[in-house]
Amino acid sequence: MSDWPLLSLVTFLPLVGVAFILFIRGEPEVVAQNSRAVALWTALVTFLLSLLIWVNFDPAQPGFQLVEKSPWLAGLGINYYMGVDGISLWFVILSTLLTLVCIVDSWYSVTYRVKEYMIAFLLMDTLMVGVFCALDVVLFYVFFEGILIPMYLIIGVWGGPRRIYAAFKFFLYTLAGSVLFLVALIVMYIQTGTTEIPELMRAEFDPALQWWLWLALFASFAVKIPMWPFHTWLPDAHVEAPTAGSVLLAGILLKLGGYGFVRFSLPMLPDASLAFAPLVFALSVVAVIYTSLVALAQTDMKKLIAYSSVAHMGIVTIGLFSPNAPAITGGIAQMISHGFVSAALFMVVGVVYDRIHSRDIEAYGGLAERMPVYATVFMLMMLASVGLPGTSGFVGEILVIVGAFQVNAWVAALAATGMILGAAYMLYLYRRVIFGPLLKDSLKSIRDMRANEILAFAPLVVLVLFMGVYPQFFLEPITASVGEVLARLEPAAAQLAMR
Amino acid sequence: MLHLLLVFSPLLGSAVAGLFGRLVGARAAQLVTVVAMGVSAVCAVLGLRYVGTEPFTVPVFTWAVVDGFQVEWALRVDSLSAVMMFVVAGISFLIHVYSMGYMAEDPGIPRFFSYLSFFTFAMLMLVTSDNLIQLYFGWEGVGVASYLLIGFWYTRASACAAAIKAFVVNRVGDFGLALGIATIYFVFDSVRFDDIFAAAPELAGSRIAVFGAEFDTLTLVALLLFVGAIGKSAQLPLHTWLPDAMEGPTPVSALIHAATMVTAGVFLVARFSPLFEYTPTALAVVTLIGAATAFFAASVGPAQNDIKRVIAYSTCSQLGYMFAAAGVGAYAVAIFHLFTHAFFKALLFLGAGSVIHALHHEQDLWRMGGLRRKMPVTYATMWIGTLALVGFPLTAGYFSKDAILEATWVSHHAFAGLAFWLLLVSAVLTAFYSGRLMFLAFHGTPRVPELAEHAHESPPVMTVPLLVLAVGALVAGYAGLSMIDPESGFWGAAILTRPDNEVLEAMHGVPALVKWSPTLAMIVGLALAWLFYVRAPELPERLAAAFRPVHRFLVRKWYFDEIYDALFVRPAFTLARALWRGVDLGLIDRFGPDGVAAATLAATRRVVRLQTGYLYHYAFAMLVGVVALVSWYLVVVRP
Repeated sequence: MSDWPLLSLVTFLPLVGVAFILFIRGEPEVVAQNSRAVALWTALVTFLLSLLIWVNFDPAQPGFQLVEKSPWLAGLGINYYMGVDGISLWFVILSTLLTLVCIVDSWYSVTYRVKEYMIAFLLMDTLMVGVFCALDVVLFYVFFEGILIPMYLIIGVWGGPRRIYAAFKFFLYTLAGSVLFLVALIVMYIQTGTTEIPELMRAEFDPALQWWLWLALFASFAVKIPMWPFHTWLPDAHVEAPTAGSVLLAGILLKLGGYGFVRFSLPMLPDASLAFAPLVFALSVVAVIYTSLVALAQTDMKKLIAYSSVAHMGIVTIGLFSPNAPAITGGIAQMISHGFVSAALFMVVGVVYDRIHSRDIEAYGGLAERMPVYATVFMLMMLASVGLPGTSGFVGEILVIVGAFQVNAWVAALAATGMILGAAYMLYLYRRVIFGPLLKDSLKSIRDMRANEILAFAPLVVLVLFMGVYPQFFLEPITASVGEVLARLEPAAAQLAMR
Repeated sequence: MLHLLLVFSPLLGSAVAGLFGRLVGARAAQLVTVVAMGVSAVCAVLGLRYVGTEPFTVPVFTWAVVDGFQVEWALRVDSLSAVMMFVVAGISFLIHVYSMGYMAEDPGIPRFFSYLSFFTFAMLMLVTSDNLIQLYFGWEGVGVASYLLIGFWYTRASACAAAIKAFVVNRVGDFGLALGIATIYFVFDSVRFDDIFAAAPELAGSRIAVFGAEFDTLTLVALLLFVGAIGKSAQLPLHTWLPDAMEGPTPVSALIHAATMVTAGVFLVARFSPLFEYTPTALAVVTLIGAATAFFAASVGPAQNDIKRVIAYSTCSQLGYMFAAAGVGAYAVAIFHLFTHAFFKALLFLGAGSVIHALHHEQDLWRMGGLRRKMPVTYATMWIGTLALVGFPLTAGYFSKDAILEATWVSHHAFAGLAFWLLLVSAVLTAFYSGRLMFLAFHGTPRVPELAEHAHESPPVMTVPLLVLAVGALVAGYAGLSMIDPESGFWGAAILTRPDNEVLEAMHGVPALVKWSPTLAMIVGLALAWLFYVRAPELPERLAAAFRPVHRFLVRKWYFDEIYDALFVRPAFTLARALWRGVDLGLIDRFGPDGVAAATLAATRRVVRLQTGYLYHYAFAMLVGVVALVSWYLVVVRP
């Protein structure tokens, strides 16, 4: 088993499914049904295979594992180079899981161009797994940018009425970041003569150059994650995206920003990362307070949850740029948890949207009467979103607050106000949608969740509780790899302290 | 094993009722939770034998290890947690039984019992915690259970509003607690109680630089923890959620908002006595807040007309007594009062519930009256509870409340003297509003005859818990006397008092007048209540008319809700809309993406003229671009 190219298998298996779907012919109904089935089986097998990565992974070992390396663009000395460490491990599994969840969740709700829809999601699967496994910057960049293509299609083809505006806004923001990211990668290559991420993580760049490189990377990652004030594309993109598109957008694509910070900015540019930490803190604190308040004013459910994502990502960036183990580990844990919780919350909106075709909070009220299962799942995810202990949301939040306090007590205190504001907007949302008397005629005959919806939520419910009760399961491999990042940051921190 | 069973059996009951309640039916769900709770209660009684013995922990599992941040789940067993487990599991069991009667006609029985058992589990987790993260888990766990139960009747708008208020106000307190945890980890490099307590004496008097200023280390830590206690125990200024929490079913009010959850703050201060003992400043704050709350709530109590709200303010006030005791260094006395209070306050709430049940959810005292013959058991047991609350000699409250007043009298801590007088006045008010409640509800003639006509005594499943609690309200004082006897060794190592803290010893030497002052206060208060509501019922009306502004001030509960609404709630929403419309849409989007797009469009119109359509023109332009880029790189970046 161990000499199988496991990571490549997981990465490219979905393409086999795509090939199968392309060959499906016949009546539109049959094509749709067969496309769903092929996509489901492909995503399921991919997910199970990705669990094998975890089985073969040694959590005590900090470096990259299951490494595959073979010549690719030989002339430029660029290799096809794959591997995972304790950080990317979880994002790989999260990607394959959420793809599967998406396919199950949209089983009945998507009826338009089903074949192409399934192809787009399987493509996403390949690209998402690839980006987290890639250990060569060229390979990484191909996956990193490639993801945008199926995502554009998902929003543009299956999205809402203002999808063109949303897609354009997303494009405009990302474009500047991508170009600068590419320039930074080229400069790094010229400086070091290597495109291998593990090599670059050991490279010593001149501090002055680090500043420019850091800013270039920041432009890309800050838009992706997104940080305030580069966040305004997110609410629009979410509102227009179909449910499953939002799931992947919030669950995985936002994490690319955070992952970029951990994989590139922190270990490769440690001096600049620490020098710019105050900037990151300031933007993050603004994000937590500002977007929490803005969330309070929303009348659109999806927008509210989109804004809450920005606030949660503020906690992540505070954690990542506080150079100690609890904070960085907490930032990563918060990203994993947000992958479960925000995905589930967007699906929660999708469930009622499929039935009533409105995202307007005012259109609902009193759903608990007719949808008890839905109300329970929504309750759990809401509580996880506000970071209740015993759910996954708490783990990252407390680690970040405790860790950030070591660095700057004000930052920790201001970030912790998110606890109060978050509770306010989420509870207020829940009350308006679920509680109260069921008065509206349109809701009188609304149905509780269907089997496929329950099936799609089930793994997320289990994981949210499991991570909340036994986080060590997730934290153990992360801490080992975070140690590596810290080892790079510590000399820089010592130098900063001397000045 | 005993303690694992004690703590986890309610969780099991809750899970069964919650997950399979629909499947197995209401009766079975009820039965499972009650039996599971019974098992827990029996274990808690057996667990009392660990009082005074060497503390130990029962390991459960490793929650998280990140560098120095190590959280090992474990149950801490010592005198303090044994007493708390007894109170929590015991009262919770009685209330589970009582709820079988009270909630009999409710369609949501499995849900109700699932929440109630989950609450008990979280509370047991809280009192047995061995580290701050576990404590925080229990702390927020009981908070969410409280939220769910206040909002149990979710179709009522008032219940939903009260539930959100409770959660959010508690979150303000939890915010302080979370920062306290962060500060402790910063200072002690650990979140384990043993490590913290062991290091505390050395840190006494040391300074710490955080938040851009310098603080006394232990004072800062203790005060941040106390912010959490203020929220959970409904003390000034975070008390506003507790009266509103009465929207929940009455058994919930009895269990969560009287006997157990709200006492968590007092427990926290007692648990952290090894820290508070070294910081007189923090203790002074605790005393001041406690005494002020005791007085504030006691002053508002007489102006309330909802039977449950009267008792809610009474709870608020009694919690203030406990904090005042803890603040003057008499932690043992605080826990003693917590212990006796749990019995008589649960009794009062369940009695009120029995009345509400009989009157088909009527809660207005002015629509009651003359119920004593209709409901003799409720009447008798509620009088016992009332007497215990006002401190009638030899009842439970007599011992514990007297001890608090004596402790504040003899203590040399800051504000102890002020606390004594505030608490004494509060004792008069307590007796007055308690007497008022009893006279209005049970004595005289029915004010609304058709309501009283259909009133009936509650079924045994409700009256038996009342009787059991009545026995507790009578004898818990004697039974717990060794708690405040410094010679008994009751607390072992669970509560730390420094050698120079001799409050418990000195309490026995107070002057006779001080000793009898609470009893005097009780007589005055009860006599006034009798005068106002039995002898001369027209008096209250005239008095209210004569002192209209004072009366309004009390009826509006010192205007706290109005002030908070104007100061925090409405500005938050206004600011929220302003940020969204003004900054997000008006500023960032206008000058960000939309602006860039507009500018690009305008530029494009001009550039269009450059588009000649000849390929070589384009190729030349690209070449120029590449050359420029490369030369910029070579000249500017490389050297």
